[in-house]
Amino acid sequence: MELEAEVNVELCQSGPGLQMSLIRGTDLFGYIGIEAVLDQMRSKTMKAGFEFNIMVVGQSGLGKSTLVNTLFKSKVSRKSCTPNYEEKISKTVKLQTVSHVIEENGVKMKLTVIDTPGFGDQINNDNCWEPIVKYVNEQYEKYLREELHINRKRVIPDSRVHCCIYFLPATGHRLRPIDVEFMKRLGKIVSIVPVIAKADTLTIEERQEFKERIRQDLVDNGIHVYPQKEYDEDPEERILNNSIRESIPFAVVGTDKEHQVNGNKVLGRKTNWGIIEVENVAHCEFANLRDLLIRSHLQDLKDVTHNIHYETYRVRRLNESNMNFSEPETSELFEMKNYILVFT
Amino acid sequence: MKTFVSESWLNTHVTQLPRQKNQTWARPLSLAGHVGFDSLPDQLVNKSICQGFCFNILCIGETGIGKSTLMDTLFNTNFENFESSHFEPQVKLRAQTYDLQESNVRLRLTVVNTVGFGDQMNKQESYQPVVDYIDRQFESYLQEELKIKRSLHNYHDSRVHACLYFISPSGHSLKSLDLVTMKKLDSKVNIIPVIAKADTISKSELHKFKIKIMSELVSNGVQIYQFPLDDETVAKVNTTMNGHLPFAVVGSTEEVSVGNKMVKARQYPWGVVQVENENHCDFVKLREMLICVNMEDLREQTHTRHYELYRRCKLEEMGFKDTGPECKPVSLQQTYEAKRQEFLVELQKREDEMRQMFVQRVKEKESELKEAERDLQGRFEQLKRLHADEKAALEEKKRLLDDDQSSFSKRRAAAQLLQAQSLTANGKKDKDRKK
Repeated sequence: MELEAEVNVELCQSGPGLQMSLIRGTDLFGYIGIEAVLDQMRSKTMKAGFEFNIMVVGQSGLGKSTLVNTLFKSKVSRKSCTPNYEEKISKTVKLQTVSHVIEENGVKMKLTVIDTPGFGDQINNDNCWEPIVKYVNEQYEKYLREELHINRKRVIPDSRVHCCIYFLPATGHRLRPIDVEFMKRLGKIVSIVPVIAKADTLTIEERQEFKERIRQDLVDNGIHVYPQKEYDEDPEERILNNSIRESIPFAVVGTDKEHQVNGNKVLGRKTNWGIIEVENVAHCEFANLRDLLIRSHLQDLKDVTHNIHYETYRVRRLNESNMNFSEPETSELFEMKNYILVFT
Repeated sequence: MKTFVSESWLNTHVTQLPRQKNQTWARPLSLAGHVGFDSLPDQLVNKSICQGFCFNILCIGETGIGKSTLMDTLFNTNFENFESSHFEPQVKLRAQTYDLQESNVRLRLTVVNTVGFGDQMNKQESYQPVVDYIDRQFESYLQEELKIKRSLHNYHDSRVHACLYFISPSGHSLKSLDLVTMKKLDSKVNIIPVIAKADTISKSELHKFKIKIMSELVSNGVQIYQFPLDDETVAKVNTTMNGHLPFAVVGSTEEVSVGNKMVKARQYPWGVVQVENENHCDFVKLREMLICVNMEDLREQTHTRHYELYRRCKLEEMGFKDTGPECKPVSLQQTYEAKRQEFLVELQKREDEMRQMFVQRVKEKESELKEAERDLQGRFEQLKRLHADEKAALEEKKRLLDDDQSSFSKRRAAAQLLQAQSLTANGKKDKDRKK
């Protein structure tokens, strides 16, 4: 153990110059009870609840609403919530959100599903991603504004998009131009999880080839989907994420109907040639997607959104106002560096 | 390098679900099967384990009251402190950081001790270094939060989470220094008062002492940290503990054998005071409350209450407001823009002033120089005239002299001629005689 340096008041802020001694568990002469902090944390978080915002993007008819319903095992999509829902192709891309509070084993979660009807449905799909980009940025802006208030709330309401599921039609060929353009633009500001929709039209070999070609296309176009390679923090995480990266995009099938298979009730789609079991990993990769999104990486998705995407937005926004300060009506944020100078 | 979980990180990831107001637009739904998001708290906890925890304790008390010993006893280790002298001219703070690990939980503990507290003759300013230290930690966090490129999740949180105030066991009441210091600190940090060296007070005296202290604190309006009662799992324990405040503690790192066990204790000729015996002192209660039950709450209070208060005051001091003069919401940036314009206008004005002054000075200097030049010219002219006059005078003299000379030479020539004539006349006369 090294001795600490005695520091005066001026040097109390820890920094690279502060010597620290490492006292390992073996040096502790008895039980202290630091472990209890984990339980404290757990009970606090259970009491407070979680928020999760998921966006689904894809052409109409790809099964977005069904998939979301299957993921959360309840009618969470907008389709199921609106009473007089009619299947209409809307003229422009309009984003609609629906929120639910779901609870499981004492854990409460406020789930918001953001739907994008009209995406990719028109004849001319130029710039159809713009309303979506605008929405994502608006949520970041809202959060930033709230964070900058003098009197700010104890917990800032988080409406930022944590995850965007992008539905690829099962053509079997490659990524289409609209897919490339959308994922290129949105991959920079939000975590995208691409999935192959209605995967029961592809055989296993076709599926593998399709996935490889898509992965190749993603690499060729410089598109980063979740989990992003750059954000792996340690080797274990990298191994885990690499195995995920090898199987994206997940080929999924969604349904909310149950059928009897071998005496068990399973979720599946019944066809004349057999029953496709949604939760069977041999049939489709829905279970993998669900595990990734909900059971293992939910917190990580939120962290990536908060620590990386939001911070990137913030830096960009604050630097922008740097250059625009002479136009007060357009610049909305102030120059932080000068602020710090004024501060000190 | 591994990062440590800060309270703000925790707060951004754990949200309060809307209670009364917004429930209309977030309807509750029942699930048809097991989805699996009940593993969310576990995911969160696992991440925190990876990142580690931060905890900062500030110990305020007179020299020799047992702060370092108590810290050693509390964390079951030897922090390698040395005794401080009683002759410090001013109160100083000494901060030391340690990395502790118990099973798989890593804790970065910072212990800050006051050095020289209560030793000076004049103790009026004793509390100031402590307040300054606490403010300084808030300030650096605020600065980090306001940076453009910031890394809050990597930031080593050094804000003080708990303050143990050591009361000397006089048995009577609080000293005025104690009251003044605690009053200054109660809105900045969570204060937990403890009675030090509790083995010098008997049980009955201790009971009276505790009541006296609490009533003095209440009557002076000092807000000490109350253990939280809103969580059902710990409310019961916390209520009992709240009734035992302030904790009477004894610290010891030496072990004495009692019965057939080695326990931490202090050995006296009349008996052995066991540190972990609840009948002897409240040490176990303190450890339980500080670490096992409320560490997380202490950190949360520091972040959401004390830090927010500091931030609000600081920003309001700078003139930033949330609402304008007509109570219309004014964003931070608009205020700043206005201030900035003001500042720029002021800058411009100063610049103009300076420029004017400069021009003025230049003119003055120029006129001065011109004056000097004219002077010089005048003198030159004068000298020239003098010179010319002298020259003329000299010329005159020269002419006179020349005249004289010429007249003299004429007369000389005439004289010579006369002489020559007279000579020849004489010669002729001689010749004539001879003949």
